[in-house]
Amino acid sequence: MTLRNRELVNLLLVGLLTAAGFTAVYIARQDVVSAGSLSYAAFFVALFVAAHVVVRLALPFADPFLLPLGGLLTAVGLTMIYRIDPNLALRQGLWVVVGLVAFAVIVVFLRDYRTLDRYKYILGLTAIFLLALPAVPHLGRTINGANLWVGFGGLVFQPGEFAKVLLVVFLAGYLRDNREVLSVGSGRYRLPSPKHFGPLLVIWGGAMLVLFQTNDLGGGLLYFSIFLAMLWVATARWPYVAVGLGLFAVGAYALYHVTPHVRERVSIWLDCSWTFSNACPVYKEGYQLAQSIYAISGGGFFGRGLGQGVLLTAEGKTYIPYLETDFIYAAIAQELGLAGAAGLILLYVVFCYRGFRIALQASDGFSKLLAVGLTAALGIQAFIIMGGVTGLIPLTGITLPFVSYGGSSIVANFIVLGLLLMVSDHVNRDNS
Amino acid sequence: MNAQVRKLFFVLAGLFVALVAMTTYWLWKAPDLEARQGNPNLFVRQLTIDRGKIYAADGKTVFARNRQVRRKSVGRTWYLRTYPTGELAARPVGYSTIERSRSGLEESLNDYLTGSNANLDTIVSNTLDKLKGITQRGNDVITTIDARAQRTAQSALAGKCGAAVALDPQTGKVLVWASQPTYDPNLVEGHFRQIQRITAPCTPAAPLLDRVSQGLFIPGSTFKVVTAAAALDSGKVTPTTSFTDRGYCIEYGKKVLNFADQSGPEVFGTVTFSEALQHSINAVFCEVGKELGVRAVLDKAKDFGFYEKPPVELPSDEISASGLYVNGHLYDPKDPNAVDPGRLAFGQERLQATPLQMALVAAGVANGGTIMRPTLVDRIVSPKGKVIQRTQPDTWKEAMKPQTAAELTAMMTAVVEAGTGTAAQIPGVQVAGKTGTAETGRAGENDTWFIAFAPADNPQVAVAVALSNQSGTGGTTAAPIAKQIIEALLR
Repeated sequence: MTLRNRELVNLLLVGLLTAAGFTAVYIARQDVVSAGSLSYAAFFVALFVAAHVVVRLALPFADPFLLPLGGLLTAVGLTMIYRIDPNLALRQGLWVVVGLVAFAVIVVFLRDYRTLDRYKYILGLTAIFLLALPAVPHLGRTINGANLWVGFGGLVFQPGEFAKVLLVVFLAGYLRDNREVLSVGSGRYRLPSPKHFGPLLVIWGGAMLVLFQTNDLGGGLLYFSIFLAMLWVATARWPYVAVGLGLFAVGAYALYHVTPHVRERVSIWLDCSWTFSNACPVYKEGYQLAQSIYAISGGGFFGRGLGQGVLLTAEGKTYIPYLETDFIYAAIAQELGLAGAAGLILLYVVFCYRGFRIALQASDGFSKLLAVGLTAALGIQAFIIMGGVTGLIPLTGITLPFVSYGGSSIVANFIVLGLLLMVSDHVNRDNS
Repeated sequence: MNAQVRKLFFVLAGLFVALVAMTTYWLWKAPDLEARQGNPNLFVRQLTIDRGKIYAADGKTVFARNRQVRRKSVGRTWYLRTYPTGELAARPVGYSTIERSRSGLEESLNDYLTGSNANLDTIVSNTLDKLKGITQRGNDVITTIDARAQRTAQSALAGKCGAAVALDPQTGKVLVWASQPTYDPNLVEGHFRQIQRITAPCTPAAPLLDRVSQGLFIPGSTFKVVTAAAALDSGKVTPTTSFTDRGYCIEYGKKVLNFADQSGPEVFGTVTFSEALQHSINAVFCEVGKELGVRAVLDKAKDFGFYEKPPVELPSDEISASGLYVNGHLYDPKDPNAVDPGRLAFGQERLQATPLQMALVAAGVANGGTIMRPTLVDRIVSPKGKVIQRTQPDTWKEAMKPQTAAELTAMMTAVVEAGTGTAAQIPGVQVAGKTGTAETGRAGENDTWFIAFAPADNPQVAVAVALSNQSGTGGTTAAPIAKQIIEALLR
């Protein structure tokens, strides 16, 4: 079977699963859900078949699993959002359209992603500019204590999601150019020279500063991890990781003592997670995390079934605030159980595996680092939010890639998917 | 770079494995978490169960039943609680709501009412029902509450802050469990503010407080029954032992005066121990207390169940233990010298007692010294009408020698016949009782009491009535209420 036919078969399997999911929700919630909304599933399948056609024409040698994996993750999210609120599912569906259009535009018009390397500094600075946008008066919107959104009229978007992609491109280009110098170092302690390390620190430090300014802890943690991962892959020097982790510890300690917001998050985490002591303020600050843990624990091995979990109050509100965005993992664990949650996590593992596989096969440094960076960014982001929601690590608000409700996140992730497929196509074309 | 890429993959995979482990950990903790505050899981699931009814002892009067509600937003039928008798049995029945969880019997008997109790019969029928897609039905509870007497007690207490409880001293069955101010349990869901606005001649009005089992009152002279039991059991005193009452008792070099009216403290001169109880002479009990010592009096109180939560079928946090209290905490002195034996003997010092505990004191005397385990549940019946559980009478405490109980019965009968408790006299029925008027130190804010049982020769009813913020005495305020309750139960 050719790569593309394999992709199509995978996509049709995803389509069947999606139809089954939507039907299950429809059966459980006939009172609320209209039969017409079942067509969302068909619409969804049609969209991904269209994306497949684009890939078939433009990237015939690309990895046949990544698009179906992205599709399945999106389907899981869409089904859960549909179960929580069918109106939100419709809007999410429209964002998927926008995302796939962005995907097609990138694939068709960018042609060769390696040209991005030439614009790495501009892209890096654009990333910082995007991150700083929410801090601009009249433009920024603060939601749930973090200032991450930008509003134009009725439309709100989260520039950080796109900045993430641009930063990875910058890091890939920059580290490709300087990896030899950085991995050898100079002088007795093999220190990197300021000339080579400087630009990196400027861009990266700028990003961290902006994140600190906008109170985006999840973003901060994500960018820090991406930076360390890519630096380590490029240079293979453990001391960089050690110094990075040391800096992280110092920074976290300082943040803990400077910002009450961080202190609160940590104390909630200490009280509510692991031991779930009686000190957990279940009706106040700890409400979100406590409800999330309740939802996860109540799912059992196979879950309560789609549409049958305890997610909505009698008034139709969600027990967990932001259930459809940050906390969607808790909803999945409640309705699909440990089996469903572990399955979801497995999808991310497989996604990372396919992404890293592209990096392994790539012959040039830029392709390698770009594939590693984009894949790691997605995997780490998924870990940070699922870890926060389960109480494994302190909770920091960030979306679950492909699954969470949210336009910026969906569009940015489809761009990531597009770039990965382009690298993959290029790599396989070279090798074959 | 490939080596690092591989390692990075394993690091990420390890993190994801940790996520699965964490999720599994919460699954493992689920039984513990289900009971936690604010966890809707178990609770909402139980709303889909056709919860059992709660009846009065007659098996006809319904205290709690369900109404079906189809919630569109959730898309399924919920069974919500309604309480046909309203305020009447707000205690001890309690409530079961979505917004404010549960209380009272609705909470403590939840497993039976939802049919999730581990009983082979219910497990089998529930599993079959689930397979057949039939709504799960809970078991019905028939309480021991006498609906008519309960109504009498609630209306007698109306407008006051206090409680009345009556039980059968021979079986421990609770017949009346009344607390005022009360609330309509139908208002808890959705109209809770109306309950919060309830006022009463006490602050806070605390309508949700179950004053029978949680309300702490100063027991005052009703505690003399306990002191007398200690004295008689010790053999140092008999009912005919004579004492000289000078109107006061010297403690730590200071005079402790008898109860005073407008003419000043009463002085009785030479009296027997029996007469001392009949007229509730503090000076005599003060001397007896000093003679017995703090240890002996507190030990006797423990024989009656003080310092323990009476084992009635209510949630443990809705029952208070009686005893000495310091700063709101139960206080069991290691050093007897830290407590004043004289004041302890007539129920002052820092003593606090619940009406339930004092009713059990009366019941102990009535039942020849044996206190039966108090119970609110007569039987639990499965949806098919089969009795799953019937409460059998069970001994809780051996409080005193039978001889002492007989002597105390005679002494308490004298209290009602010609002592401080004459207001509780019932034509044709011999009532044994003891009054209490505990001074809080502020005028018009006495805790007043009456504990009693009747008929004295073959007790069917033991009762305790406690009122707070009274200007009268136990004999004038509480005794008439106790009388009405006894009449309602014996008629």
